Amino acid sequence: MARSKEIAPGVGRLSRSQVFAKRALYKGAKKNEKPAAEAPAEYTEKTVGGEKNGGKRLVPTVKAPRFYPAEDVRQPKKSRKSPKAPSVRSSITPGTILILLAGRYRGKRVVFLKSLASGLLLVTGPFKINGVPLRRVNQAYVIATSTKVDISTLKVDEKFTDSYFAKPTSKAAASAEEEFFEDGKPKAKEPIPASKAADQKEVDSALLASIKKTENLSKYLKASWGLSKGQFPHQLVF
Amino acid sequence: MPFQESNFKRFVEVGRVVLLNAGPSAGRIAVITEIIDHKRAMIDGPTTDVPRQSYPFKHLTLTPHTVTALPRAAGSGVVKKYLEKEAIVEKWTNSVWATKRAAIEKRRALSDFGRFSVMLAKKQRNDVVRKAVVKAKKA
Repeated sequence: MARSKEIAPGVGRLSRSQVFAKRALYKGAKKNEKPAAEAPAEYTEKTVGGEKNGGKRLVPTVKAPRFYPAEDVRQPKKSRKSPKAPSVRSSITPGTILILLAGRYRGKRVVFLKSLASGLLLVTGPFKINGVPLRRVNQAYVIATSTKVDISTLKVDEKFTDSYFAKPTSKAAASAEEEFFEDGKPKAKEPIPASKAADQKEVDSALLASIKKTENLSKYLKASWGLSKGQFPHQLVF
Repeated sequence: MPFQESNFKRFVEVGRVVLLNAGPSAGRIAVITEIIDHKRAMIDGPTTDVPRQSYPFKHLTLTPHTVTALPRAAGSGVVKKYLEKEAIVEKWTNSVWATKRAAIEKRRALSDFGRFSVMLAKKQRNDVVRKAVVKAKKA
């Protein structure tokens, strides 16, 4: 508690997290370390001379220290807290049509598929109707409508997790020039991986079939949402 | 001074059917059974689930309907008899005013998809009208 002067016996001035921040041990923490080499064997077998000595003996490879530490070293407290799985609003259930309010696709109406472990919502346009791909969105930036699409026939694959949507790690370009240009021309767009395009098609095909069953629903999803004069979102029913 | 008839058509009077604008019974109609003072009246609506109570005029709107010859300070039973005899509730629900109110309420309760469908239906109607006008102009 060197940094956290005691205000009462056993009570530090700073909280555990504040001490952690002050000590700044995380600055030294290294990421992406190579897996540790296999631990060397604890004992080695050695032949021992003398007939009454059994011939062989297991000898520890690392000698035990001769002294015990005189003073007890404090063990850091183990945190028993674990992050709770975020809950999704009760109005958002699989098949609910959502209105996106932020980001590149703001104003689009999309279909909610499932919620991910991070608490983000997995949605799709479907891509064929309004150009919104399979995508994660934050539920805070979404209006849930009362309209639902029947997606009981749709089996959302287990592979759609947060890691599925993670960006591939790539090294930063050496210069801004290199980042955007190639041979004096703007760099060509990287094509979307074929596997992702296929995934999109697979999800959408089942969805499109059920959307077709309701009249005008496809048109509804294609149109974007907005407020006109005299409309206030808190007074509207969705 | 010669007697001049008033230009007003709706009066605060016993038997006047009123529309309630506030409180738990807002949106329903009732009948004035007694005038308490220049701020409040006794109202009753046994056929529209409005309990007998005093109500400020501020929160009432007078309708053109009246219950004829309703006795002053009548109880709920008597009011009910008079209301049913003249079919006041029916007259009210069939009036333009009430139907418009119902329509507005229906539109307000529409979901986002409902509003979108109304927009499409309106577009369709406007298209028919536009085509008819063009046709009529040519003829």
